[in-house]
Formats: sequence, C-alpha cells, structure tokens
Amino acid sequence: MTLFFLSSGLFLGWSLGANDAANVFGSAVGTRMVSFKRAAIIASIFVILGAVIQGAGATHTLGKLGSVSALGGAFTVALSAAITVYWMTKFKVPVSTSQAIVGAIIGWNFYNGLPTDIHVLSKIVSTWVMGPILGAVFAIILYYIQHIYFKVVGIHLLKQDAYIRFSLLLVGAFGSFSLGANNIANVMGVFVSAAPESYLNFGLFKLSGVQQLFLLGGIAIAVGIFTYSKRVMDTVGGGLMQLSSKSAIITVLSHSLVLFIFSSTSLSNFVQSLGLPPIPLVPVSSSQVIVGSILGLGLLKGGYNINYKILGGISLGWIATPVIAGVFSFFALFFVNNVFLIPVSSENGNNVITNKILKRNKKGIDKDTKSITIPLTDSVNIDSVNSSIDSVSVESNDNHGVAKKYFDKLKIKSDSEDKNISKYFNLAFILAVLAGLIFFIFRWLNSMYKRNKLILSKNAQILDAQKALAEIETKYQLLENQQMEDLLNYKNKELTTMALNLIEKNNFLELLKAKIEEIKLETNDLAIIKKLNNLYLLISQNQNLENDREAFQMHVDELNKDFFYKLNSLYPDLTKNEKRLCVYLRLNMSSKEIAALTNISPKSVEMNRYRLRKKMNLGPDEKLDKVLQNL
Amino acid sequence: MFFKKTKSTIRDIDEFLDTIDQGILVFKEGVKYYLENDEDNFSKNLDKLYKLEAKADTIVLRIRNEFFEHSLIPQYSADVVSLLDHLDDIIDTAKENLFQYDVEVPDIPKKLNSEFSKLTDVSCAAAEAVIPAVRSFFNNPSSVKDNEHRVYFYEKETDVLASDLKRKIFKDTKHLKLSQKIHLRYFTLHIEQISDRAEDAARILSALEIKTKD
Repeated sequence: MTLFFLSSGLFLGWSLGANDAANVFGSAVGTRMVSFKRAAIIASIFVILGAVIQGAGATHTLGKLGSVSALGGAFTVALSAAITVYWMTKFKVPVSTSQAIVGAIIGWNFYNGLPTDIHVLSKIVSTWVMGPILGAVFAIILYYIQHIYFKVVGIHLLKQDAYIRFSLLLVGAFGSFSLGANNIANVMGVFVSAAPESYLNFGLFKLSGVQQLFLLGGIAIAVGIFTYSKRVMDTVGGGLMQLSSKSAIITVLSHSLVLFIFSSTSLSNFVQSLGLPPIPLVPVSSSQVIVGSILGLGLLKGGYNINYKILGGISLGWIATPVIAGVFSFFALFFVNNVFLIPVSSENGNNVITNKILKRNKKGIDKDTKSITIPLTDSVNIDSVNSSIDSVSVESNDNHGVAKKYFDKLKIKSDSEDKNISKYFNLAFILAVLAGLIFFIFRWLNSMYKRNKLILSKNAQILDAQKALAEIETKYQLLENQQMEDLLNYKNKELTTMALNLIEKNNFLELLKAKIEEIKLETNDLAIIKKLNNLYLLISQNQNLENDREAFQMHVDELNKDFFYKLNSLYPDLTKNEKRLCVYLRLNMSSKEIAALTNISPKSVEMNRYRLRKKMNLGPDEKLDKVLQNL
Repeated sequence: MFFKKTKSTIRDIDEFLDTIDQGILVFKEGVKYYLENDEDNFSKNLDKLYKLEAKADTIVLRIRNEFFEHSLIPQYSADVVSLLDHLDDIIDTAKENLFQYDVEVPDIPKKLNSEFSKLTDVSCAAAEAVIPAVRSFFNNPSSVKDNEHRVYFYEKETDVLASDLKRKIFKDTKHLKLSQKIHLRYFTLHIEQISDRAEDAARILSALEIKTKD
C-alpha cells in the first residue's frame, strides 16, 4: 500500500526528469556536442547521487512550509504537482516542479485549515526571484572568465571543441548532482514521514530510511530523463536563444552553481562559520535559473538574440504552475478524503469544508437542546473561552500568579492573533488563486480565440491566393495550349508547303525531261543530242527525289512525335508507312499528292487508305481524315 | 577519448594545408620551367603536382569523414568542410592548369614571358596568403583578418595584371594569329582562376570567423 501511495511521488519524479534534465543537458544535446544517450546516462547517475548524498537540506525547508502528515495527503499533493508538471510539459512549457509542489502543499494547508508559514513561504518565493538573478550574474561573470581564458591561451579550434565537449559532460554531471540534491525535495519531500526507520547496508556504505526514499525518487527521475526528456531538450536547446557550445557551458555551470548553493548543507554551515547568515536551503526552480542564465548571456550580447515569445510562454508557466497545482491539490484532497475516505492528514476532519459541515450540524443540535455549547473545532472560539476563564481566575491568585497568568493570557492572545492572520492569509490566498485562475483561463480562451481567428483569416487568405493562382495557371495553360496549337498549325502548313514544293519541283523536272525528249526527236545534230543527253542526265541526278523524300519524312516524324505517340497508344498494330499515311491525311493532302510523295501510284494510296480504315475499325459514316485530325 | 581523435584531425588539417601550399609552389615553378622551355623539370613538376593533388583529395576526404563521424565542432562542421573543399579546389585548378600547358603547349612569345611569370606569381600569392589565414582561423580566430586582407589584395592585383596582359596579347602582338591570341587569353584566364579560388575560400573563412565569434 505504501508503494501505491509513493507512486504519485515517483510520477512527479518522472515528470521532473522529463522536464528538468533539459535544463542541464538541453544546450549540449541541442548543439549536438553531446549525444542524448551519453547525456541521459550521466544525468541519471549524478541525479541519483545528488539526491541520496545531499537531498536532505531542501527537504527540511519544504517540510516547514507544510508537513504533510498522512500518506494519503502526501500521495494527493505529489499527484497534483505531478499532473500539473506533466500537463505543462506536454505543452512544451518549461515548468518548475518546485513551484508545482509548493502550490500543492499550500493547497493541502488550506484544505486542512492549517496556517501556511509565511516566513518559510517568503523564503522560498524569494529564492524563486533570486535564482534567476543569481543565474544571470553567474553567467555574466563566467562568460568574461571564459572569454579571457580562450583569448589568452589560444587553443586550436578542434582542441577547444574537445575541451568544451568534456566540460559540458563535467558541468552536466555537476548540474545533475545539484538538480538531484536540490529538487529531490520536490519529489519525495512530502513522503518523508513514510520513510522506513531501518538502514540499508550496502557493505561500503549505509543508506538511512530517508536516503532510501530519495534513491527511489532519483531512480524515478532517471526514468523520466531516459523516456521523455529528449522532447524538452529540443525546446530548451534552441528555443529561447540560439546557444553556442561555449555559451552552453556557461549557462549550465551557472545553473548548477545556483542549485548547489541552495542545497549544500556544508556550504551553508561554512558560510555560518564565517559569521555570515546561513544560505537558505530551498528547492529552487531549475527552469527559472537556466532561463535567468540564458537571459544574462543574451543581455550581455545586446538582447537582440533573445526569442521573447518563448520567454513569455515560460513566464506564463511560472505564474500558472503554483496556481494550478494549488487549486488542483485542494480539490483532489477533497475528492480523496470524502469519496475514497482516505485520511489526508493526521488530524483528519479538521479541514475547512468538514469544519463548516460540523459547525452547521452543531448549530442545529444547539437549537434543539436550547443549551449553550462551545464549538470545539474552531480554534478562535477556544481561545476566547480560555481567555474568559483566565480573566475570572486572575482575581483569586497571588501577585506571582497574576503575572504568570497575565503572560499566559498575552501568549494565548498572540497565538490567537497569529491564527487569525493565517486564516486571513488563507482566505486571501484562495481569492488570489481563484482570481489568478479566472484571469489565466480568460486569457487562455481569449488567446485561443484570437489564434483561431488569425488562423482562419490566414487560411482564407491562403485559399484566395491559391484560387487566384489556380486561375492564372489555368489562363496561362490555355494560352500556352493556344500557342502550341498555333505553332503546330504553322509547322503543319510548313510541311504541306514543303511537300507541295517537292511535288511541284518533281513535276517541273519531269516536264523538262519530256521537253528534252521532244527536242531530241526533232533534231539530227549529234552534238546537240549529246548536249541534251547530258542535260537530261543532270536533271535526273538533280531530281533524286529519294533524298528529298527522306528529309521530308524525317521532318514529318520529328514534328509529329506526339501524334505518333497517340496513334501508337490507340492503334498499336499500325506499320510505319501506315503511320506516315495518317500524317499526310492529317495534313489534308490528296491521294495524288501522297502518291507523288511516297513514290507510289494514286491507286495504291487508295488501297492503303482502305486497309488503314479497316485496321482502325472505322464505321462507314466516319471519315478517315476527320478522325485523324481530331486525334 | 575526445582528445585522441582531435589530435589526429588537427594533424590531418595541418598536413592538408601543407600539401596545398606545396602544390601552389610546384605550380609556380612548373609555369616558370615551361616559360624557360625546361621540359624535363616541367614534367617533373607536373608529376609532383599530380601526386600532391591526389594526396590533398585523400586527406580532405579523411577530414570530412572525421568531422561528420565524430560530429566535431557540430555547429560549424559543414562550413569548415566547405572551406577545406574550397582549398582543395585551389590545388585542383593548379593541377588542371599545368596539365593544360602540357597538353595544349601554348606558344607564348618571349616578350610576354615576364608578364606571364608575374601573373602566375601574383595569382599564387593570393592562394599562398589564404593558407596562413586558415591556419590562424584554427589557432587564433581573431588574427584571421590580418592574413585575409592579403588574399583580396592579391586577387585584385591578379585581375589588373591579367587585364593588362590580355590587352598586350591582342594589341601589341600583331604577328600572332587570332587563334594564337585567343589561346593565350585562355591561359591568362586559367592562371587567374587560382586567385579566384583563393578568394572563394577567403569568403567562406570570413563568414566562419563571424559565426564563431562569441
């Protein structure tokens, strides 16, 4: 059963690993200086070590804020924080686990009607502010140190790369250790009361009950790193500001230093031994510190490199996280307590809602019995009764007794005032939480509405542009088609002219030859006959129609590639000569012209046409030339 | 683990730069031998340049593999590899040019010898200046500019000299045929290409220097 209750803490640990490991290794993995696998292994080992060795300090402070005394309450508080963190991680908002758990603990305090220690709360909240500021300051100092070092030493670029890579691993290990030490309080702090009493002996070292609990939390964080942190690393690595590998070392180191400072008991003791005030050991928001460090670097470089949109998103997460976790915790506790009847506090029943119900019942009983009773559960009334008893008994005592009673009375009065303050604080807190919640829901809805509206209008614009583009494309296509058609007609006309020229030339030469034959018959002069014979031969040689025909047919084939392709696909059985006949018919040439071009008789052309019709399966009403022209 | 691979890559880069540098010197000598009609030494230099070019190709391939396989300086690896490729182009062009001298045997009039020699020297000076610039980029990026400006200077000088030479070829050598003139013009252009390649490499170097600046 204990393990079941611990499950929510383990889930929170998983969320922390998924989200906060990105703060340590996000830049290194994002800049591809360290592979994710190597980063995950180192982060896991050192987170566990940090949690087990140095996790107690911050846990103690968190326990002061609200000591969740029942396992059911701890389960619900951790679950609320975990769900908040998971939900915000899902939306890729670098969320703070510290703020989630603090919000959830305040929710628990409020539910149980217990006062929230304002001193501790202000200490925690002040570190939320100090964390990023310190991160920025450290980043700036470290930047200058690094800059001077590389300038003075002058290392080869590749050696520098190797050093940076090694440093990233080293700093990452330190960061993971600090993360484990500082943030294990968020994961397992509320379960400390459930820690086993016995020690676990490993031979070389022993683990106390709390350390065993932290070991379990550390393992949960490691699982979170391996299973889910890569997504967030992508966001942190290149989201807020493009980081170089050198800047990555600075940000991670400054982040680690801040976390270490706020979790190291030895450092705090050392500072105290110097006569300085102790360092508060508080779970600091790892995300806030890393953002502070990156901002410090960004501001140092003029601030133009910072992606303020993402920064805004992160800031929204900071405010929303404790508010959401607090409200969620309050309602979850009510649900667990009243529906599952699981005690959420060691003083169960002493919560705001059940108190009111009890009060109402008590009033009803009072009315019935008409007797004067004191509502026991209300602390303020008990105080007033005590004070009235004191005032009566003061008169019957000696001076010493009077003084003692007087001081007791004062003490009770001051306790009563403190409780009143805490009651007002609780009321103010819930009002603030509700107001904040309403404000953020309203803002979220508003931004969603605006975003949807923007998307819709952009879509409409894109659609219009696409329509206009499509129309232009269609017009252009039509124009192109028209041009192509014109070109084709022109080429076809050219072909026809060429063919007719060929035929006419042939006819003319034939006519010349006939005339020469006639002249030869009319004369007996041998010299003239010889000359005429030479002329006849010359004409015959020049006539050489075959070459012209071949050139013409090549021309025809070249220009009618598409037509041949269509013919081939529709009538694959046609021979080459039949295809050529189709082209001539398409050019609207007569049988006689075709006969002259192909050097066959017109009758053969007619016969070929007939065979072509049969091959093409044309009906008696279909005209061959029309069919071919429409093809 | 990190440093072993780094050391071998640094060695490769240094060797590659040395090879390019030697290639430029061999090219320069080769052209001079050609102009002096010293065929034996010209052939030796051509042979040497062939070997150097092949060596440069092998090294640059090895460096490229090392960069991408071990993701060295991942943010700039593509640019660095591109820079090395451009440097490789210099030796490729030099080899191609010397090979053209061997195959086409241009008939260069004696009175143009000094101009051709000077053009080769200045064009090669641009290429020679890019090597220390690249070395300083790896060792001390802030001093890149000290060497880089020499590349641009020599490249411009090459352009001026080449224009003068071309003008001389077409105007002052009336005894040459047009085909010969055109042939000589082509060789002027070929020599110019060396400084052009050096300028290309210098441009990438400038961009890289800005990118790596913190």
